[in-house]
Amino acid sequence: MKLDLEHSLASMKAQLAAYCEKKQIEDAIVVGIHTGGVWVAERLMSAVPTTEPLATLDITFYRDDFTKAGLNPKVNQTSLPAIEDRHVILVDDVLMSGRTIRAAMNEIFDFGRPASITLAILYDLGQHELPISADIVGEHLSLNPDQRVKLSGPKTLSVSVIDTH
Amino acid sequence: MMRSEPRALQLNEHGQLKHFLTLDGLDKTILTEILDRAESFLSMGEQSVKKVPLLRGKTVVNLFFENSTRTRTTFELAGKRLSADVINLNIETSATSKGESLLDTLKNLEAMQSDMFIVRHSDSGAAHFIAEHCTPNVAIINAGDGRHAHPTQAMLDMLTIRRHKGGFDGLKIAIVGDILHSRVARSQLQALTTLGVSDVRLVGPKTLVPSFFAEMGATICHDLEAGLKDVDVIVMLRLQKERMKGALLPSESEFYRLYGLTEETLAWAKPDAIVMHPGPINRGVEISSEVADGKHSVILDQVTNGIAVRMAVMSMAMSGQLQSDDSPAAKDEK
Repeated sequence: MKLDLEHSLASMKAQLAAYCEKKQIEDAIVVGIHTGGVWVAERLMSAVPTTEPLATLDITFYRDDFTKAGLNPKVNQTSLPAIEDRHVILVDDVLMSGRTIRAAMNEIFDFGRPASITLAILYDLGQHELPISADIVGEHLSLNPDQRVKLSGPKTLSVSVIDTH
Repeated sequence: MMRSEPRALQLNEHGQLKHFLTLDGLDKTILTEILDRAESFLSMGEQSVKKVPLLRGKTVVNLFFENSTRTRTTFELAGKRLSADVINLNIETSATSKGESLLDTLKNLEAMQSDMFIVRHSDSGAAHFIAEHCTPNVAIINAGDGRHAHPTQAMLDMLTIRRHKGGFDGLKIAIVGDILHSRVARSQLQALTTLGVSDVRLVGPKTLVPSFFAEMGATICHDLEAGLKDVDVIVMLRLQKERMKGALLPSESEFYRLYGLTEETLAWAKPDAIVMHPGPINRGVEISSEVADGKHSVILDQVTNGIAVRMAVMSMAMSGQLQSDDSPAAKDEK
């Protein structure tokens, strides 16, 4: 399967700009989820009307599979500004089960109560296990259960579909 | 009693920490992982809710056979910030034989389905003994045992050094005072050696700095000026009067005159040297108030870092227990 990454990113930017205008979202805080979400969020910054720098979130401590999977060996920096009453645009590379997004929202709420959270996703794989869906989607994909999307970066982004078998 | 190797006892089949008893047998990779993870917990201080759900539903028992308010409080806080349920048990060491009563206590606590014991005991090897005899899947953390070890204290000191000095390469470090009775000094020396510090000086009177420490890779100094010359880090230890048997010191004032850290004696160290102390400090016995409260002092940073290090060790040990091949989760998968 051939994926046109640049086209998907451009589509996200157009959707984001229109979304922010329609919802009258100004000075939003763009939050990328480590690591792929941060790379995607960097590419989207120019489309968002904001003066805030990119914020980052590591959800390791909020995962729901700690008892099964244990601790992630590498924990990246979570760096969020004061988010009380602010609009948050949450960005990740892939939406699959929705569990990462649930963990991310739990973590965000531990920092304060945002005015709103908008979810922007590069690839929506449509295998949701939770009632979570994205507001902005670069591309909807329907893959076989064994297939995963892998984003590589950060300098130049590239994407590939890999088989887990 | 047969002693199993500390490394084998502390690590699971995948080389992950499952108990934290001593720094014996732990390599630089594991110590660095503890420090890195503690750093990530430190940044949690910015959150309005200072809590992560890592140990939610887990029961942590603070098992203190010996009193220590600061260590118990920071372990309790660390457990609560990991969302665990924490119980404090202060058990004064009774006159009954240790093996018998300790095992009975253990059985009772196991029956309450605890997931982790934080053990403080005045006998060396108590935490080790408990780790050998408790049911599998219960993590044991040593919060100080006799003269033997106090590994979380040593690791919080390592975190404090790394945060202030940027690393460990080429550092000169003096540990001053009552080395003989100090489990902190023993654990610190191990941690520093593992992390690559080659210039560690143990400074104090002959009665409190026995020469066998030289075998552990340290330089022994009985003169404070020689010991403090150009050091980057000074660790002052508390004079442990309660542990001293017999006349090891002429008097406290004599000790302060010869080995006390004051603004004058601090001047022998590097201008940007940091001063640490595991607490509680005896002002005017090993350290002057001016130095303890002065700009070189990082004593309160040590307390803050202590919570983060304890969170790191507790979450790693719980994770290591859950990943162990004999854990119920692993058995389910098979």
